[in-house]
Amino acid sequence: MDIVPLLKRLSETASPSGYETAVAEVIREQWQPLVDEITIDRVGSLIALKRGQGKEPANGRRPRLLLAAHMDEIGLMVHQLVAHPDEEGYGFLRLSNLGGVDTRHLYGQLVTVHTSRAAARPLTGVIGALPGSLQPKGRQGKPYGYEDLVVDVGLPYEQLQALVAVGDVISFRQPLRELLNGRVSGKALDNRASVAAVTVCLDYLQGRRHNWDLLAVATAQEETALLGGFTSGHAQRPDAAIAIDVTFAKGPGTNDAVSFELDGGPALGLGPNIHPGMLQTLRDAAAALEMKVNTDPHSRHSGTDAYGLQVARAGIPTAVVSIPLRYMHTMVETVVAADIERVGRLLGEFAARLQTDFVEKLTAGMMDDV
Amino acid sequence: MNELLKQLTEAVGVSGDEKEIRLLIRDLIADQVADWRVDALGNLIARKPGTGESSLRVLVDAHMDEVGLMITDVDSNGTLQFETVGGFDDRALLGKVVQVGSKKLPGVIGARPIHLLKPGQRQEIVKVEAMRIDIGAKNKDEAAGKVKIGDRAAFITEYEELADTAVGKAFDNRAGCAALIELLRAEPYPFDLYASFTVQEEVGLRGAQVVAYDIAPDAALILECTPAYDLPNEKDVSPNVALGRGPSIYVMDAGTIQDPRLVSHITRTAAAEQIPFQIRQPGGGGTNTAAIQKTGPGVPAATIAVPGRYAHTPTMMISLADYHNVVKLADAALRRLTPELLQH
Repeated sequence: MDIVPLLKRLSETASPSGYETAVAEVIREQWQPLVDEITIDRVGSLIALKRGQGKEPANGRRPRLLLAAHMDEIGLMVHQLVAHPDEEGYGFLRLSNLGGVDTRHLYGQLVTVHTSRAAARPLTGVIGALPGSLQPKGRQGKPYGYEDLVVDVGLPYEQLQALVAVGDVISFRQPLRELLNGRVSGKALDNRASVAAVTVCLDYLQGRRHNWDLLAVATAQEETALLGGFTSGHAQRPDAAIAIDVTFAKGPGTNDAVSFELDGGPALGLGPNIHPGMLQTLRDAAAALEMKVNTDPHSRHSGTDAYGLQVARAGIPTAVVSIPLRYMHTMVETVVAADIERVGRLLGEFAARLQTDFVEKLTAGMMDDV
Repeated sequence: MNELLKQLTEAVGVSGDEKEIRLLIRDLIADQVADWRVDALGNLIARKPGTGESSLRVLVDAHMDEVGLMITDVDSNGTLQFETVGGFDDRALLGKVVQVGSKKLPGVIGARPIHLLKPGQRQEIVKVEAMRIDIGAKNKDEAAGKVKIGDRAAFITEYEELADTAVGKAFDNRAGCAALIELLRAEPYPFDLYASFTVQEEVGLRGAQVVAYDIAPDAALILECTPAYDLPNEKDVSPNVALGRGPSIYVMDAGTIQDPRLVSHITRTAAAEQIPFQIRQPGGGGTNTAAIQKTGPGVPAATIAVPGRYAHTPTMMISLADYHNVVKLADAALRRLTPELLQH
């Protein structure tokens, strides 16, 4: 499977949290040939079902594994329209963040303003600000913040008013670029890299028998509310779930104890959000593939959809599998295609190894002597 | 789509390493000029013969270099240290893509993720010394095989036109270069026109100084792109100009008082030709005028500029109408230029 062209399409599609329709369509197109059913749920998550094979269980319901990869991305929102120097002059947009935006990266970026006005096309804009010496005294010597930054679409105020409204969504614009060694850089690789990994998994399972039903879910609004994790965990009644997300890769500015080498393989979450038996089964699957994996300790919240999935209904055994990524929440997020491929294959192998009595054993395992 | 602006802004030419842009401009003008040459610093100097009506020697200058980065070292993890070439706001570099060296390797400038920052760190500007360019190399040896110390890096932005404006990198000063190329394509002027596409403006007006000595013109016109600070603001932000209000004419900046005879000639020409214009507010900043006017016995010089927002970022913006009016105004002012105008 050719990951980079897929990743390019996914990365370059604009779909900030809450406005995932565009990327959901791209994913639907990719997943359709690989699954049996595909729908969009009431909060906008894309749900694909690939039925398990073999004899139908006596109770008529196969156990189901849910793979959750959030498809939303961070972005911006129009906060205010400002005229300068007066209403005869140019118009500018003041901004609010949509998700965890690092304002230090915003000055000098290209964006798309998705206008909500009927029949208006998206507008290209740039993020500008007055230079340091011209900023108000209290704002000098600090990173540009929302007090300083504007989106400029190059239109007079009057025309801008006719096209753009407060609350319109703004996405970042950055083509995916190939660096050396299969590394690629662009926007929204958190978490389109994981969407690509789930696609690899579905592809892997075309040639591999699996007893469990597989639910591949591209979740909505993870960046703002973990919404799709909570809701799909409830609505789909999975028997086990894995959240696929990105984790911190080592690189400039990041050499923390809990960070991972690019091209170093999947990082498997460990901590309160993760069922130890799920983690062990992932490790077993990796061993069967002779794949190197790392442990990603999350002392509390995993910061992923697993947080929501774990407490859906009466509780779900949950795991987190992560792809190392540099420069998270910037427009130059960087991953390696090989890591995406590994995560996809690992998920596929995990799914293929699940026996009908997996959950019973998992639960029983909690009472085993250490 | 303005192909000239597209080609010129997308080409690379960081101060001191202007080869690519020099070759491009040479190709664009070679058929329009009687001769061209490259001097010891790398300036491209061309001559467009006049009709012979006037004996004036007139130089029109546009610097062709752009601000950029220079690679200074390679870290053990294969990422690149760099310094800035020309004036930069450190805040313009994070989250940007650059092209490194003559092979134009894409590289990105990231930073520690926001999730891992302590609250105070979010309010600190990341300094250039702490930034790295990531070309995807795995280690020092691999990076050193691809990139040499001293290689330049430039922003990478595809030129695009919005409604009435254009967005791209390096309008400072490829807008001036494009205007000068259009003058070279125009009907002959009454005098020989010397055109200089100069190097190293961004690091101290170095190229213009030697061109002015070499040509020893009677008058010089400098074509530039000047910062427009026409954003919502709380205070006087002079020296200011605004997009869409026409060519900006310099009167005084940090380095010069522009030749008053030429300034009034240009403004009178604009009025006569009904070309909109704006006087750039006096204040800081400067252009090649500062170097040219003090060369040899002195050269009467003036500057006409395209206003550009967000100078020295990958995403500058100009008004296309302003650009066309700069070409029109420069052309008309040259045609109306007489030796008498320069008499005291």
